[in-house]
Amino acid sequence: MTDHADMKNSDPSRRELLKFVNVGKWYGDFCALWDINLTIHAGERVVVCGPSGSGKSTMIRCVNQLETFEAGEILIDGVVVQNDPKSLQDIRRKVGMVFQNFNLFPHITVIQNLMLGPIRNLKVSKKEAEERAMHHLEKVRIAEQAKKYPSQLSGGQQQRVAIARSLCMHPDVMLFDEPTSALDPEMISGVLDIMVELAEGGMTMMVVTHEMGFAKQVADTMVFMDHGEIVEVAPPTEFFTNPKSERTELFLSQILQH
Amino acid sequence: MADKSAQSATGHRIRPPTPSILFTRKSPLIDLGQLLLLGGLTTWVIYKGADAMQYNWQWYRVEQFIYRVVDGELIWGALMKGLMVTFEITAVSMVLSVVIGLVTALLRMSNSFSGKLIANLYLESIRNTPLLVQLFLFYFIFAPIFGIDRFWTGVLCLSFFEGSFAAEIIRAGIQSVSRGQSEAAKALGFSRVNMYRDVILPQAIPIILPPMTGLIINLIKHSAIVSVIAVADLTTEGLNIISETFMAFEIWFTVAGIYLVVTVSLSLFVSWMETRAMRGR
Repeated sequence: MTDHADMKNSDPSRRELLKFVNVGKWYGDFCALWDINLTIHAGERVVVCGPSGSGKSTMIRCVNQLETFEAGEILIDGVVVQNDPKSLQDIRRKVGMVFQNFNLFPHITVIQNLMLGPIRNLKVSKKEAEERAMHHLEKVRIAEQAKKYPSQLSGGQQQRVAIARSLCMHPDVMLFDEPTSALDPEMISGVLDIMVELAEGGMTMMVVTHEMGFAKQVADTMVFMDHGEIVEVAPPTEFFTNPKSERTELFLSQILQH
Repeated sequence: MADKSAQSATGHRIRPPTPSILFTRKSPLIDLGQLLLLGGLTTWVIYKGADAMQYNWQWYRVEQFIYRVVDGELIWGALMKGLMVTFEITAVSMVLSVVIGLVTALLRMSNSFSGKLIANLYLESIRNTPLLVQLFLFYFIFAPIFGIDRFWTGVLCLSFFEGSFAAEIIRAGIQSVSRGQSEAAKALGFSRVNMYRDVILPQAIPIILPPMTGLIINLIKHSAIVSVIAVADLTTEGLNIISETFMAFEIWFTVAGIYLVVTVSLSLFVSWMETRAMRGR
């Protein structure tokens, strides 16, 4: 189940950027994640799907330790994620994260949102932080909104700012936790376009989403989760046309029938 | 065609006129009449009662305790000097309360077991004992042990008392900043200190400020308790004057009036500030 070294685009000679080894997590007695094994190579795009409550978000949030886990370990670029503040900060600087609810800082302007992280945590100069910020704002096509406050932007624009904010940290890998679930339908494509461009630029991505069109377009690997465990890992063509597991088949029939 | 349909969608939506306030609300004169009637009645009852016990009103003697003019020079009376001490106690205690409150709030939210325990012990013991008993504890036990004078005994007692409320206000303010904010900051690699400085506190402070001003008003009122240990605040001065002049009714009315003027003008100032801040947003 977990051995997918033979799949396309996961040439074993490539760097293992993100690796889950037997990860398990419990809330009290409730097991939220069980025996998660997954390897993501540099440049690989992994899309995680599954019914709500299946542990997708929990899994992705374990990577930068927004959730703690009780069993197994996660390696980022070969380094085990530790729980002490210093090494945690180092890990988090390498791992960008985009949230469902954007989580922009509402009390500062868009450009300040983008500059704060690099200035505080990468010790870059104010000038360089500003150049980085403008560069990424142009990439997400909202450079003209730089001086506005987040609340003055639409949801889709806010999410694009949030993506740009993560990119300003020059992360090795980007995590997306249902980035379009909180958006109005007409805002979704703008955000997905940015993510497609990012994928085409070679960024390593792990995306939790229900947008199957996006998954078909960019994913190298599909992961299906249910009840806290990984049920199926497969390339998208195989995953959508010929799923191995019945649970996957059922899930796909439910979300693709419309 | 497109133009026409756009016009029919929005062109005729004229809002009906809102009736003027003058006609919908009852006349302010009626309000004023009710107020005067009630106030007059209360005053009449008090004066009747005082008459019945043959109280000798001497309002003309009160002014000298507020201010005097000697040789064209203004000299503040005992009550005003007492008020200054009240202000001093309030100001110092306010600063200390905020410091104590912030430390306690951060301890309560920390992961440290002993930190949480100390903060909770402090909060529970302060909240569940009378302020007067706390003052006696400070005055009769801590003050002699640590060699603290009466003024500072009063200030410290009030600070620890009010600090327990400040702790809750600050904690509530910090927790009202959504969880997503600290998660975003963490995900960007912020240290705990920077996260509070750059992200959490700037958002929490506007929420904390209004209830904090309520705390200042409470401090002004609660500071009267230091008269028990003879710190020369407004209440103590009032007591002293009464013991010399026996004008209990006039002086207590005056003292209460002064507290009222100070606290009411403070609340008015705060609500003015708040509406101004809201407009700025």
